[in-house]
Amino acid sequence: MSIIVSAIGQGLLWGIVGIGLFLTFRILDFPDMTVEGTFPMGAAACVSAIYQGFSPFTSTLIAFIVGMAAGFVTGILYTKGHIPVLLAGILVMTAAYSINFRIMGRANLSLFGKSSLLKNSFLESLPPYFDSVVLGIAFVVVVTLLIIYFLQTNLGQAFIATGDNPTMARSLGINTDAMQIMGLSVSNGLIALGGALVAQNNGFSDVNMGIGVIVVALASIIIGEVIFGDLTMNERLMAVTIGSILYRFVILIVLKLGFNANDLNLISAIVLAIFMMFPVLEKRFRIRHTLQRGLSNHD
Amino acid sequence: MTEPIFELKDIVVTVNQGTPEQINIMDHVNLAIYPGDFITILGSNGAGKSTLFNVIGGNLQIAEGQILLHGKDITNMSVERRTRFLSRVFQDPKMGTAPRMTVAENLLLSEKRGQHRGLGPRHLKQNMAKFKEITSVMNNGLEQRLDTATGKLSGGQRQALSFLMATIKRPEMMLLDEHTAALDPQTSQELMTATNDQITRNHLTCLMITHHLDDALKYGNRLIVLDHGKITYDVSGDEKDNMTKEELLGFFSDIDG
Repeated sequence: MSIIVSAIGQGLLWGIVGIGLFLTFRILDFPDMTVEGTFPMGAAACVSAIYQGFSPFTSTLIAFIVGMAAGFVTGILYTKGHIPVLLAGILVMTAAYSINFRIMGRANLSLFGKSSLLKNSFLESLPPYFDSVVLGIAFVVVVTLLIIYFLQTNLGQAFIATGDNPTMARSLGINTDAMQIMGLSVSNGLIALGGALVAQNNGFSDVNMGIGVIVVALASIIIGEVIFGDLTMNERLMAVTIGSILYRFVILIVLKLGFNANDLNLISAIVLAIFMMFPVLEKRFRIRHTLQRGLSNHD
Repeated sequence: MTEPIFELKDIVVTVNQGTPEQINIMDHVNLAIYPGDFITILGSNGAGKSTLFNVIGGNLQIAEGQILLHGKDITNMSVERRTRFLSRVFQDPKMGTAPRMTVAENLLLSEKRGQHRGLGPRHLKQNMAKFKEITSVMNNGLEQRLDTATGKLSGGQRQALSFLMATIKRPEMMLLDEHTAALDPQTSQELMTATNDQITRNHLTCLMITHHLDDALKYGNRLIVLDHGKITYDVSGDEKDNMTKEELLGFFSDIDG
């Protein structure tokens, strides 16, 4: 039982990472690799800030801001530096690895004996693992509602239009560079926020915790889409979190079959590949198109 | 005569600058556009029609010359800023609309052309009645499909939508880049008729590139011919109205010869 509750909690916290990636991967049509750097960066920034004596809430907020800054850099490299977005993301991801070492001063940092968002009298009074479920629900609900509201504003519509048809967007006076920079910033801010929450839930931060993040986040998005099919934009956002929880269940089952934690990246990749391989899906969800976008120059 | 809305003064656009292949794709072009002008533009491939539109729209850097809007220099104004007075319909039906957004959402986007887009709610529902009215003008069933993603529309419906999007917020000037060329003859004719109705009824100022000599003669009050980056012919008023296709054809063979 508790193992299922734990999976739900993990799924909810990782749902925020999926929502972050949704903004770039699905709305802007960008394959943004920055996330592999911003996820551990959020974790590193948050844990280090807690060590510096900041409150867990402030530290989590700092992680969000640091992640936004990294996404901002990717956005500038792409829009102003005309570096293909896939490469721009890889550059920032690579640089982030060194930066994360600098932030923590070492390869990993434990929160043992330190405060965190999970250490308060209410969450500690709950049965085991329910703390992460409650924390996850709180953050997922707030983030999802904010994004849903944003997408229904005039600015949000301009953001969607930029991903859908940049030529048209420009001809209507939308500053597509600004929209793309904003999208990459907010997306990576959310991914760093997810990193901060996962680190607090796990009780430590590690420079290597970013490996495979993009695959896990993509799996959340794709599983949600495969299972629910045609949805409105708002429903699709909610489906990401459900996809994230289902992904945790798949992993749980696979681990029960006797694989160990070191096999996780292999399993993640296989799970994602299976979900992505249906030829119908390729056409329907424009995967090929997104990859092509990542390999071409910014026009 | 009234003051021109928009002027191009001695515009030069150069490609491959500083190399042996240097060539002026726009060669000292002067053009004054007056309020209510409906100018049809003819020219063979590579004559500079698209270059002209890209210079007006700000998508192309000019090497020499000056661009004026109401007498004020806007030579260095960005593409985004120019959309405050300028709207555009592309030849490719895929270029002018956002495929995953609905017809109504596209119209809403275009209603704020060139304006600031903030964090206020978009008010889609409040606009539906108005959008229904606007789209019914096109007589092609677009008003029934306001909630359909534009990617699912026919090319003709998409192009009609693009045209409506260019006019929903009255532009001071509109560029039509062979906007009926990608459609079948029947649909093309229908859209051209609707286009002409809208432009003349609302006294829109408009430049229209076309490959059809008939359309160039039939529509508009002024006709321009471009060749090798120059305006080689510019007629308006009675002179244009009295012009025959044969005269125009003769003029073209002059160029080619």
